Amino acid sequence: MAKHDTILLAHGGGGQLMDELIRHHILPKLKNDILAELGDSAKLKLASNSICFTTDSYVVKPLFFNGGDIGKLAVCGTINDLAVAGSKPVALSLSLVIEEGFKFDLLEKILDSISQAARENNVDIVTGDIKTVEVGAADQIFINTAGIGIRLPGVDLGFGKIAVGDKIIVNGTIGDHGMTIICQREDIKFRSNLKSDCAGLSELTCCLLENTSGIKFMRDPTRGGLAATLNEVSRATGLSIEICEADIPVSPAVQAAADMLGFDLLNIANEGKFVAIVSPESADACMTICRNHPLGKKAGIIGQVVKTRDVPLVELITKIGGRRVVQMPYGRELPRIC
Amino acid sequence: MLERIYKAQRSIDTACERLGRQINIMEVCGTHTVAIFRNGIKSILPKKIKLLSGPGCPVCVTDQSYIDSVLKLADCDDCLIATYGDMVRVPGKGGSLETKRTTANVKVVLSSEDALQLAKDNPKKNVVFVAVGFETTAPATAVVVKEAAEQGINNFFVLSGHKLVVPAMRALLSRINHNIDGFLCPGHVSAIIGYSAFAEIVQDFARPCVVAGFEPVQILEGLAEICRQISVGKAELKSVYSAVVTEKGNVSAQKMIAEFFEPADGYWRGLGKIKKSTLKLKDKYSRFDAFKQFGITETPGGDTNGCRCGEVLCGLIEPPQCALFERSCTPQTPVGPCMVSSEGACAAWFKYGRQRLNDDNG
Repeated sequence: MAKHDTILLAHGGGGQLMDELIRHHILPKLKNDILAELGDSAKLKLASNSICFTTDSYVVKPLFFNGGDIGKLAVCGTINDLAVAGSKPVALSLSLVIEEGFKFDLLEKILDSISQAARENNVDIVTGDIKTVEVGAADQIFINTAGIGIRLPGVDLGFGKIAVGDKIIVNGTIGDHGMTIICQREDIKFRSNLKSDCAGLSELTCCLLENTSGIKFMRDPTRGGLAATLNEVSRATGLSIEICEADIPVSPAVQAAADMLGFDLLNIANEGKFVAIVSPESADACMTICRNHPLGKKAGIIGQVVKTRDVPLVELITKIGGRRVVQMPYGRELPRIC
Repeated sequence: MLERIYKAQRSIDTACERLGRQINIMEVCGTHTVAIFRNGIKSILPKKIKLLSGPGCPVCVTDQSYIDSVLKLADCDDCLIATYGDMVRVPGKGGSLETKRTTANVKVVLSSEDALQLAKDNPKKNVVFVAVGFETTAPATAVVVKEAAEQGINNFFVLSGHKLVVPAMRALLSRINHNIDGFLCPGHVSAIIGYSAFAEIVQDFARPCVVAGFEPVQILEGLAEICRQISVGKAELKSVYSAVVTEKGNVSAQKMIAEFFEPADGYWRGLGKIKKSTLKLKDKYSRFDAFKQFGITETPGGDTNGCRCGEVLCGLIEPPQCALFERSCTPQTPVGPCMVSSEGACAAWFKYGRQRLNDDNG
């Protein structure tokens, strides 16, 4: 049992310590029959052979932030990748790379989050791996999750069907996760508590896809934010996009933080948001479903797909009626001077 | 809000019609530059209004030799560079703070206090604070020098690149750019120095000076006031940012600056040497002066490799007129500081305006 306060290299060594770690700390939290077999591979019986499969690694710093932690993020992030591809997530893998000396109680907290997020989103962690590395070879803990989702019957999302006139929906306020992380990372002590939007979206996306027919494309605007996602759509389709600043849901506290640091919220990461491109006829139905779900209460139709004049372009109509281009973000936001 | 915007627009339109010629208005603040682009303000102005981005971005106006000095210090094993984020990617001789192999010696700080803390946390390192910015950031630098002196911290040094706004405006008008019809004066700087500081520009050069805030409606109201004055042949000093900016400014911040710094002749990118335009630490505090302690001499540095940031800063050209813009110089591969800083004119053009170039130029 936990005689150790911290992770030792031997916890990843395949011997007794690793066995104890798995049996006493991981299995009880992530309990399910498939994982309990502790085989080299998980044996899954799926309801369909049409699946989505994805993987993502999580290296967030700080590990714990308001609204979540690396564990919750690792589960929700992969669930969301499956969800926006039009599938219902069923099983995840979990790989931990832990730096020697990492505190056991922090690991416990992270595992609790993983367990809770998996339970809430109705997926099982069915296989996994632990590696430990010497001090300095990793920054505390890195997590990789891969996931499988069953594709929803009749759903085929992609750039191909996007057409002029389609509406763009986002399921709530943007920039919450990124600004929370930036503020906690840069150690800015705002009195207001920014909170990450980190959440699993599959229940809402499945509900939308099962009850409406006009959804053509979905994506979760994580790194690079809304700006990156919309630019990808514009590039891939050759169509232009027009979004309306006044219609983009934003929390005032997040906006204030972004203004203070000189960030553009369109470029900031989200972890509980999707962008959906839907036919104009189905937009209202989508909005109704969103607004009746806890993760879509502040959803908004933020713009539309328009014809391209010269080059495919994402443009913002500002609150004062001006227009400006929304570029693909550079990739690293730097706090400004004053 | 929309009514105020329409009113400002109407007043700008009327002024343009009355004048019948192009009106060149310079904003002397990087935050204004970004706000103008981010809010698409140019797109709702008459084509006769030309907005010029002036020397208002602290990183952009910093002379190349200063950047090179910072990079040199970053190479010293016993030095730790504490810098505001915008400086990290400015290219100099042999790379930037971001690309240098010595990145372990470079820490991004959000305040001067963070820089001082870094010195306390690393007693074996010489922490050099890359202190750039106008009158807005200078008081914060003064505060930490005071604290370092009081607490006897001997490993903290300030490489003062602080600059004064008004001497730069004088230099522009007297020898560099005579086409500026009026100034949209910086809100943040004015909060410190007071709007009365611009009175000399109005008196000596007969150019309207209007201090405005950063909300789009405030910017438009500032522009409307400038246009009104120009159209009736007047030049007045005015603030439309009364909630924040007073006539005299923040006197205690001014006192802090005066206690620790003195105006000195110094080099600006694009504007060259300007008399009494920079702030150097007073001799009394020379033990914190990185220039003195590390034997750095200030020499004028030229723009590199065809970069025309200097001309951009003076409102002589717009970024797309530089041959490097969008070709070899992009936010991913910046050649000059105006493409690096989030407040730089080139970055703003690239990010928010470049596709609309043809429309903007009418």
